[in-house]
Amino acid sequence: MEDRQVTAVQKRYWRSTLRMTGVLVAIWFVATFVVGWFARELQSLTVMGFPFPFFMAAQGSLLIYVLLVGYYAWRMDKLDRECGVAEDD
Amino acid sequence: MAAPAQSRFIAQLKRYYSLYTGGVIGFVVMLSILEQMGVPNRVLGYIFLGVTVSLYAGIGILSKTSDVAEYYVAGRRIPALFNGMATAADWMSAASFIGLAGTLYVSGYDGLAFVMGWTGGYCLVALFLAPYLRKFGQYTVPDFLGARYGGDTPRMIGVFAAILCSFTYVIAQIYGLGLIVSRFTGLDFGVGVFVGLGSILFCSFLGGMRAVTWTQVSQYVILIVAYLIPVIWLSVKHTGNPVPQIAYGYVLEQVSAREQVLNDAGTPEGAREAEVRALLKLRQAETEAGLRSLEKDGAAWLAEERARLSQRVSALKAQARPDAGAIAQAEQELAAIPADVVAARRTWQAEAEADRLKALPIPPHAEPFSGADEETRDNKRKNFLALVLCLMVGTAALPHILMRFYTTTSVKEARMSVFWSLLFISLLYITAPALAVLAKYDVYTLLVGSSFAELPSWVSAWGTVDKALMSVTDINMDGIVQLAEVTIGGDLIVLVTPEIAGLPYVVTALVAAGGLAAALSTADGLMLTIANALSHDVYFKIINPDAPTGRRLAISKGLLLVVAICAAYVTSLKPGDILFMVGAAFSLAGSAFFPALVLGVFWKRANKSGAIVGMLSGLGVCMYYMLVTYPFFGVNAPLWWDINPIAAGIFGIPVGFAGVILGSALTRPPPQSVQELVDYVRYPKLQGGEQTVAESSRTR
Repeated sequence: MEDRQVTAVQKRYWRSTLRMTGVLVAIWFVATFVVGWFARELQSLTVMGFPFPFFMAAQGSLLIYVLLVGYYAWRMDKLDRECGVAEDD
Repeated sequence: MAAPAQSRFIAQLKRYYSLYTGGVIGFVVMLSILEQMGVPNRVLGYIFLGVTVSLYAGIGILSKTSDVAEYYVAGRRIPALFNGMATAADWMSAASFIGLAGTLYVSGYDGLAFVMGWTGGYCLVALFLAPYLRKFGQYTVPDFLGARYGGDTPRMIGVFAAILCSFTYVIAQIYGLGLIVSRFTGLDFGVGVFVGLGSILFCSFLGGMRAVTWTQVSQYVILIVAYLIPVIWLSVKHTGNPVPQIAYGYVLEQVSAREQVLNDAGTPEGAREAEVRALLKLRQAETEAGLRSLEKDGAAWLAEERARLSQRVSALKAQARPDAGAIAQAEQELAAIPADVVAARRTWQAEAEADRLKALPIPPHAEPFSGADEETRDNKRKNFLALVLCLMVGTAALPHILMRFYTTTSVKEARMSVFWSLLFISLLYITAPALAVLAKYDVYTLLVGSSFAELPSWVSAWGTVDKALMSVTDINMDGIVQLAEVTIGGDLIVLVTPEIAGLPYVVTALVAAGGLAAALSTADGLMLTIANALSHDVYFKIINPDAPTGRRLAISKGLLLVVAICAAYVTSLKPGDILFMVGAAFSLAGSAFFPALVLGVFWKRANKSGAIVGMLSGLGVCMYYMLVTYPFFGVNAPLWWDINPIAAGIFGIPVGFAGVILGSALTRPPPQSVQELVDYVRYPKLQGGEQTVAESSRTR
């Protein structure tokens, strides 16, 4: 087992993963809970005929989630290759 | 795995499922021709349900397998795109398909908690779980707990929690199944349950995960087509725009304007609404007076009422020229008196409550957390956000969903397949609010204000099916429909949309088939989860690790049968309401699994004692809160911070995290082999890592 010590590059990989996870979770949190908390205050804004909070809860947040997960998959794949931990099947 | 073989496999799958989708469309066209030729609706309904159910069973037979990896994780070669479709079908249950739009119709903005909660949870799945579980690469969620924390105790708690939440969830599915089958074929509810269950068993019994996956992909196609067609049609009808998601902002504006007119007693229409509401309040007061007399004198008063009415009936009959209408009405009133005190209390309380709600002003659809005072509004906001959090965390912890990410070929594919899942799921969830608003627009503008002499045909048709789902009564006797005179059950919205849109009956049948596909696909995944937890985690991993493959699969299949029978039996008792059961499953799963799973990957220091303490305390707090606050259990203790029992996870989840952290910090760090396992899981590829998991699963 000694031969599989985690290398510096791999440590960097995990740190980058953590950082990205943190940033994306923060976006998720703001889109969901911060907007939700201030929904009544944001009621006067309008997007495409929708009141802004309604738009966010019914469509905007969903689009953000899809993009967020898609970005994560794309970026992590790139990171895998950069740090030499990609599966090559 | 050889890459060319896999890409050939994908190309083949794409060809098959394109052919299949074409076949479904051709089938619908063929049936609509049959409808034009005058084939009765009931026969069309039978053909539709019969063909789709036997299709699923057929796929099940074609995918039968006796290989362990095929049976538990579909051979780990499901491409991301198709795993996405299967997960989407697995995910979207009868509650999403039938119930969601109805909830949105009834509660407006506040119902969007389900839309956000049931999609946003996939962010957590993607970021915290799916890639790591795939790298771990065993068969079940308790497998991970067993290997990561060591020993049988964490695994057993995992098995218990997996069965608890999956079973709660599956009951709700089978219930929906029975409703759909019985409504569209006229079969009895119980028979409907067994017909549906039979097809589920056929599929998962022979082929396990492999069969379930390919059936779910085909079910996704049917359910999404069935959901979208009526909404697109309705959108074209009202806005001229075939993309309902974009078009309905404008419709929502009109709905809001309409609400204001109807709520304003100064306008002619508003005045008529006010008149009806006053009458409803009167009726509510009458019912409540009856309830008070009932509480005072009990059965004696009930008997007196019955005697009084039967006397009136005989008096009316004894008249020189009997008035048939008056006699019929009096007889109806007599028959409406409930049999005993308990039944009377239940019926009248429900009636009084229904009248009270209808006598309130129309709640504005687009306004978040509407309420009379600041306290009500704050309360609603709190519960909304708590529910969103529970649904999201629960999503990222339900074993039947997490299990699906074991079936992809690689970590990279697992990440991609979360993306596809979320995309396919969002397609339905982004449409549901549009459907609710479009249907509301139709009711507010076309039904309200029309004459009772010429009601649209769907109103009378559904009124005869079930009064609780659809009824219109002229309360103020002006011959014109007021909104307060209309009762629409939430569950009706999706089923009735094709008729509102003026589509042929075939589309209604297609929607029913879609609802059936939604319920079947979810129930499939759930029952397989339960049977696998018992056969793999309990029998193979704990009781008899030397069991030969054949015996393991035989046990799994036998258990599937037992689980199905238990589930059908519990469903036939009709416990609780569907939405609560579904919500409960999420809170339970979130509290039990999420902290231990996430910390298991992200915190090397988490150890066995921490996992045991965290899972037990999280699950315990969540169950305790539901038990003492949900009215069904009859304790009715005061709420904590006014949080509704459906969001009990808001207490369970943090307690679970605290439990894992405290329990681990106070005891010794986990052994070196576990730390290596964590490294193995974190990196898609590590030199020499392959041995770690083999070793850790041997040294349980």
